[in-house]
This record gives sequence, structure tokens and C-alpha cells, in this order.
Amino acid sequence: MFGLDKKDTSLLMIVAVLTLFAPFILNPFPTGSGLAQFNAGYPDLMQRFVIFGIFAIGFNILFGLTGYLSFGHAAFLGVGSYSAVWMFKLLSMNVLPAILLSVIISGLFALVIGFISLRRSGIYFSILTLAFAQMSFSLAYSVLTPITNGETGLQLTLDDPRVLGVTATADGSIPVTNLFGLEMRGTYEMAVGPWAFQFNIGYYLCALVLIAAFYLAIRIFRSPFGMMLRAVKSNQQRMNYTGLNSKPYTLAAFVISGMYAGLAGGLMASMDPLAGAERMQWTASGEVVLMTILGGAGTLIGPVLGAGFIKYFENIFSKINDNVLHGWFSFMPDGLEDFVVFIVHPFIGKGWHLTLGILFMLVVIYLPGGLVEGGQRIAGWIKGNKQSDAQQSETKPAE
Amino acid sequence: MGILEVKNVGKRFGGLQALSDVNLSVRENSVHAIIGPNGAGKSTLLNCLVGKLIPDSGSVMFDGQSVLGRAPYEINQMGISRVFQTPEIFGDLSVLENMMIPCLAKRDGSFELNAIANVMGQRDIIEKAERMLEEMNMADKRHMNAASLSRGDKRRLEIGMCLSQEPRLLLLDEPTAGMARADTNNTIDLLKQISDQRSITIAIIEHDMHVVFSLANRITVLAQGTPLVEDDPENIRGNPKVREAYLGESA
Repeated sequence: MFGLDKKDTSLLMIVAVLTLFAPFILNPFPTGSGLAQFNAGYPDLMQRFVIFGIFAIGFNILFGLTGYLSFGHAAFLGVGSYSAVWMFKLLSMNVLPAILLSVIISGLFALVIGFISLRRSGIYFSILTLAFAQMSFSLAYSVLTPITNGETGLQLTLDDPRVLGVTATADGSIPVTNLFGLEMRGTYEMAVGPWAFQFNIGYYLCALVLIAAFYLAIRIFRSPFGMMLRAVKSNQQRMNYTGLNSKPYTLAAFVISGMYAGLAGGLMASMDPLAGAERMQWTASGEVVLMTILGGAGTLIGPVLGAGFIKYFENIFSKINDNVLHGWFSFMPDGLEDFVVFIVHPFIGKGWHLTLGILFMLVVIYLPGGLVEGGQRIAGWIKGNKQSDAQQSETKPAE
Repeated sequence: MGILEVKNVGKRFGGLQALSDVNLSVRENSVHAIIGPNGAGKSTLLNCLVGKLIPDSGSVMFDGQSVLGRAPYEINQMGISRVFQTPEIFGDLSVLENMMIPCLAKRDGSFELNAIANVMGQRDIIEKAERMLEEMNMADKRHMNAASLSRGDKRRLEIGMCLSQEPRLLLLDEPTAGMARADTNNTIDLLKQISDQRSITIAIIEHDMHVVFSLANRITVLAQGTPLVEDDPENIRGNPKVREAYLGESA
């Protein structure tokens, strides 16, 4: 279907079902129950899942296929956000032109940075992209204040022109982002018994974009262009002596993944119309690297899983505090309860990075193919197949 | 006038004059061997032909066009394919995919942004790659990972990849280095078959005299960066200067 083979079609279907039914899937626990804090089915967080999923899918086109590890992809995310907010300030609150501009501007930005950074490969390429991203961050933070509004971040105001829209609504407030009148913040709540499911328009826009972005990524992976990108990763020497110029191939991959990042940035600003310099900081660039590797670099679905995994940890584990722990372990005798809480304390709340770090190490050491490899091994055990079969299919994920 | 004309080529690395005044003429459809003791400048000369190095002086003409200053991929697109001393293949890709890449390079040129079409839907490319695998006796290995092939199979695959580009000149850099006798003989047979069945010129750098005298119909002997003599194999064998410079070494 859609020019994909059976396996890829089912992969696309899985992603489509997961994203479209996310409000149910992520809300398994009834509201008010003790486990309700593990629910992730609220609009804000679901939007973040899919937006970072898009970011990681794009990053994987560069890193997973060509092996070029960019440490500065957050710069494109930031540029996308700024472009979108400017579109909201100057043109209208419709998200479509904003997202289009984000993709175009970040693509141009990626063309310039890629052209220079791709003169080197390996660690030098990574350092060059990191340097560019940090420069962009510093510029956005201070020098370019007229464009970026410095450390406050770029926000909408009541005297923005918005030539195709209104400067302010009738009741004197800032208009909200919309898609031809459909407000992004619009949410429909459905109560089923003790459960409350939330369907947010902004989330569904992001989800549809993610499905389209995922579909495009599959096509790129299976195309002659995708094969050439894998050839870049495998043996550039042979490539150059086979009459192929590897430079435009890597540059095209860099620009495409930069545009994906810009798309993610544009969507982020469409959900919440502000943009700050911290979005471009190197920790944000590092995060997408973690997502891709954790999920499985070079696989199609891995980056999406990795993005969801990390964002879930960031938002759910960080909210567990000592009071919650005391609630959980209250069945224990007092001394023991305090002791257990003391042991668990470093891994929760602000310590969620520690938990994530340990999990990341475990995955990289025991599952070099990421969560996807984990899934394949489990599927292999269930089918009773030998582990080696799972590994074989895993080494050729793009076939 | 040969298909490849090297005139007065010189190359210096710091204090070392690696090549000086090299003249070489490779006739069309011949098998031309370049031999010489270690450090004679064979590899330097080869690198000057494929664009990896640029000579300090002289000219290299392929089919009437200068190759100097062109990138390796441009020279390849002109019709010169190179086989490396250690097989250079796409180890992460399957054997079939390895064979498809040069076919795509031949059809689409050095860069083509074809990001939407399905690569397995390119019938002409797949057919051509399958045919070449058949010819190399590797059709049964088409779904194997190229990195898992034996040394001899990697060499066959690399030669097949070069041939699928339909080059006019095939350059081989010690193609049997480090091979067992049986593999060496297989490679000799393969190269003989290629030069008999195709209109192709082969230039080969080789250490192994058995390989050289079984294949070549023209030989250039390099010593200390300069061609000592260029002649037919029979005359080379009896040439006292050659014996002294090279063959004497192994005798």
C-alpha cells in the first residue's frame, strides 16, 4: 500500500494507530487512582511525544543512514520555532504558513551549516556542528536580541501587526494559534466511567504530521537515494571510486534532517507560540542523539520509540517526589519505609536523569540496536526462533 | 596512441622523488602489467592515474582527455575503474545491493536525488546486477551481507562491481596479494576470461611474477620511480637490466 511493501505498511499502520489512539493508550489508569500519575495522555505531553518523534525521525535520516553524528541539530529546531513565532507576529495566527516558513528557513540554515561542516567527517564533523549550534544559541541569546528577544524569548504581544489576522481579539487578548479557524488549544474531553480521555486538536495536527513525516522517511530509506546514504556510511572510498560524489548526498541528507527539525520547531511554536534560545542549547542537541540511539539508530521506528521513552521519563519520573514515595511504601514499618525512600530518592524527581542515564547505559551495552533490538529479541523468543535470526534481520533494517 | 598516455610524470614527497619522468603508454584492449621492486613508485603512479594524487609535473591523458585535477569520481565516470589491494566493498550492504550501486552510478551519474522511488522497483538495475552476479558465480550469495564473504569472494564481488560500470580501463592494484595459491589461480582465470570476452583494457600492478606472466601481454618495469623498460613479456624475461633490478632479487 502507498508504494510500500507489506512489512513497511504494517510499520506505518502501527505508528498511525499508536499516535491516533494515544489519548487512550497513554491513559490506562482511572483518574483519581493511585497510578493516575503514570498517565501521560494529556495534550501538552502527547504533543511533546510526537514533536520530538518528528525531530528524531529526521535526525535518524542523517545519523542512522550516513553515520554522520550531528551534535547541533537543536539549532534547526530553534530556528524553526523563531520563524514560526515571527509568522504569528507578522502574518496571521494560522499555523500553516508558520510551519512552512519554519521548514524553509531551517532548510536554508542547514544548507549553510552543512556545506561548511561536511568538509570534515567523524569527530571533526560533530565538533563543527556543535560549534555552530552553540554560536547560534549565543547569538540568539544576546547579539540578535532584536530578532530573538534575547533571554526573555520571543513572544506574541498585543501590538504585533498580523497583517492577515487581527492584532488583538475583541476582548483585548492575544489571538490563539489555529488552522483555518480550528483552535490548536481546543480539547474535547470524553469521560468513560472513572477514565477521562482528552482529544486535543493541536495534538491531532502534530500526530498527522508525524504520520506523514514517518511515511516520507520510509520512502527515503527504501529509495536509491537512501541506498546511497547507506553506502556513504559503509565505505566512502569505494563510493568515490564508483563514480559517485558522496558530498551532495551527505549534504542533501543533512538538509532534509534539518528541515525535519525545523518542522518540529514550527509545530512546537504552533502549540505554544513562544520561542526561547534555550531550545538551541547543546543539551537539546544531545537529547535527540540519545533518543535515536536509545530507540535504535538506522531503524525506522526506533527514533519514535526513543523520543517517547525519554519524554515520558522526563515528564513522569520527574514528578514523583518523596511524598508520593511515602504513600507507596506506607505499608512498611516506619524505619524500613524511610530507608527505602532514602534509597529510591536519588532516582526520582530531579534525579530522573540518573535513572535515564542508567537505562541508557544498559541499552547501549546489552542492546546495541536499541529498543528495536529488544523488541526483536522478545519477538524471537516468543516465536521460538534462535536469537541469531533476530540479529540478522536487525543488521539489515533498511532492506 | 594508447588509451592511457602518461607523459613525463614526476611526483615528490618532501625529500623523496617518488616518480621522475615516467612515460607509459597502455594500448587499447591489452593487459598491461606494471612491475617493480618495493618502493619503485607503482602505487604512487596508480594514485596519480585515479585522481588520488596530483603529479607535480607531466600529463596523464585518458582517451585524449586529461585526468589531472579531476576528482576520483569524475575520473571513474570517464571510464576508469579501480580494484584495490584489499577489497573495498560496502560491507554493511547485501551482495546484491553492492552490485546495484555501481549500476545506479552508471545510469544516474555521480549524484541523483531520487528519494521517493523504491530502489527494489528499479527493474533495469536489479536485472543488470543479477546478471553480473551470475557472471561472477555469486548469484546464490546475493542476500548475504558483503562483509561476511570470504576474501576470494570479496575480490570477485569488487571486480564484478567495477565491470558492471562497463569501464574502458580496469586498474588492479596487486589483486592477488595475500591470497592462497588456489584463489590466486581463480583470480587469474577470471581476469583472463574478462579480457578475452570484453573489449576492455586492463592495467595491473603486481608483485607475483606467476600472475604477471600468465596475464600480461605488455609489461613496464619501474625502478626507483623511473620506467626501466617497456616491452613484451618474452623480452622482459630475458632482459639483463630487469634481472638485475628486480627478478634477480627473487632468483
